[in-house]
Amino acid sequence: MNTLLSQSINLFAVVLLVLAFAMIAQRRILTLIHLFTLQGAALAAATLIVGYLTGQHHLYFSAVLTFVLKVILIPILLHRVIRRLNVRWDVETLFNIPTTMLIGIVLVIFAFNLAAPIAGLSTSIARGTLGIALACVLLSFLMMIVRAKAVPQVIGFLSMENGLFFAATAATSGMPMIVELGIAFDVLVGILILGVFMFQIREQFDSLDIRHLEKLKED
Amino acid sequence: MSIAGLFAQLLAVALALALAPLLTGWVNQWRAWLQGRRAPGLLQPYRVLHKLFNKESVVAEHATPLFRVAPYIMFGCMALACGIAPTLSTDLPLAPAADAIALVGLFALARVFISLAAMDIGTSFGTLGARREMLIGFLAEPALLMVLFSASLITRSTSLANIVETLAHQPFAIYPSLAVAGVAFTMVSLAENARVPVDNPATHLELTMIHEALILEYSGRHLALVEWAASLKLFAYSCIGLALFVPWGVAEAGTPLAIVFAIPMLVVKLAVGGVLLALIETINAKMRLFRVPEFLATAFLLAVIALLVHVLLGA
Repeated sequence: MNTLLSQSINLFAVVLLVLAFAMIAQRRILTLIHLFTLQGAALAAATLIVGYLTGQHHLYFSAVLTFVLKVILIPILLHRVIRRLNVRWDVETLFNIPTTMLIGIVLVIFAFNLAAPIAGLSTSIARGTLGIALACVLLSFLMMIVRAKAVPQVIGFLSMENGLFFAATAATSGMPMIVELGIAFDVLVGILILGVFMFQIREQFDSLDIRHLEKLKED
Repeated sequence: MSIAGLFAQLLAVALALALAPLLTGWVNQWRAWLQGRRAPGLLQPYRVLHKLFNKESVVAEHATPLFRVAPYIMFGCMALACGIAPTLSTDLPLAPAADAIALVGLFALARVFISLAAMDIGTSFGTLGARREMLIGFLAEPALLMVLFSASLITRSTSLANIVETLAHQPFAIYPSLAVAGVAFTMVSLAENARVPVDNPATHLELTMIHEALILEYSGRHLALVEWAASLKLFAYSCIGLALFVPWGVAEAGTPLAIVFAIPMLVVKLAVGGVLLALIETINAKMRLFRVPEFLATAFLLAVIALLVHVLLGA
């Protein structure tokens, strides 16, 4: 039973990775939010299982926190934002998705190689997944770089936080409670501030394309 | 070569030839039901085959012998593929003849001949279909190979029979790499079998058809063979998928009686798989042709992730 559970941690890790790739390839904002919600759910499940297997009961709390925050609260906020901004059905024109994905593969190989010696030092139950967590972080970075619109960038940022959280769980069996609470609160405040930003950008430029922000520079 | 092995081999091929049209009929029936239409009978593909075999075959004036030979080659390739795939038993005399890589080559051979035959007549539709088929083929093959490689990495063998034997007879374990490879395999088989997100098997609309454009010039027994071969291809792909990702119930070497249980298992698995295929075809819209490379690139990428994950996690 326990071997199956520890194998399912790996499975959830791979689900996180695949969802990170799906976000890179996804054009529709609404689907992007659904993918983010799924990623949060996978993260909560993985945290729950790590907590059960290592007997560290504060991980239960952080799993519940992840679920409430990333599966319920933030998606609701994002849905409200895109409804208010009227970008619910927006389809972003992305150039050359296959190329972006190939870059993503290179990032994954890089992350796996980078994490291999670190994972060797760790004694945590899910140490093998550290590479996957690192790959998720790098892929979210890539997503933030290639996206031009504000909402997908914010989702990329949140997805990066998912990756970091998973890395912390995988490598060290979770951070101290107070740090976790602090980060959760930060993310919540961050999304609120970014939401306000999005409205401001739209107000100023009539568009959510952040390339317009370059005009603010003084020559 | 044992008598039991020979028997299992013959039974597997005979079963594939007999059941392949039934699987197509089953998928079509469910597709119609799910889309709220009245379904054609389950035996409709057999009736179509019977009708076509009894009809005269009309061949274009300028057709070369290649045009006449291609359906037989295609049919032969698909029948052999059904013989290699471990559907019922892993004790197959034919299995050492071709491993997973040769199997992909076998599918490629059939594709090359049917494309050449389509271009042979010189109609614009045939050429168009051949080009599209080749576009899909050259993207789908590497993805398919990668999927088979990730299964090979786990079992340290490229022979399909060995892969299935190893996977089926070890204690149950979750392989994240195989889960990802399974998704990739599903995407590749949708593209290879001309199913909905890539091609619509039920349309003759010039702008979108791929498979139908290839076989537009065929009639009579040639068309019957091509249709039958298409059914066999779907059957072979389903069996390979089932063998790799749901390998339980396949009889192993030296247990002739297990085949008796393997047959109902296979029928049940195929029936469930057919319903799932119909469901996928119903909830997805057909893609634009220029989206197809993206779709297959995603499949390739998932297969590569499966390989990488296996290397990282060792599972």
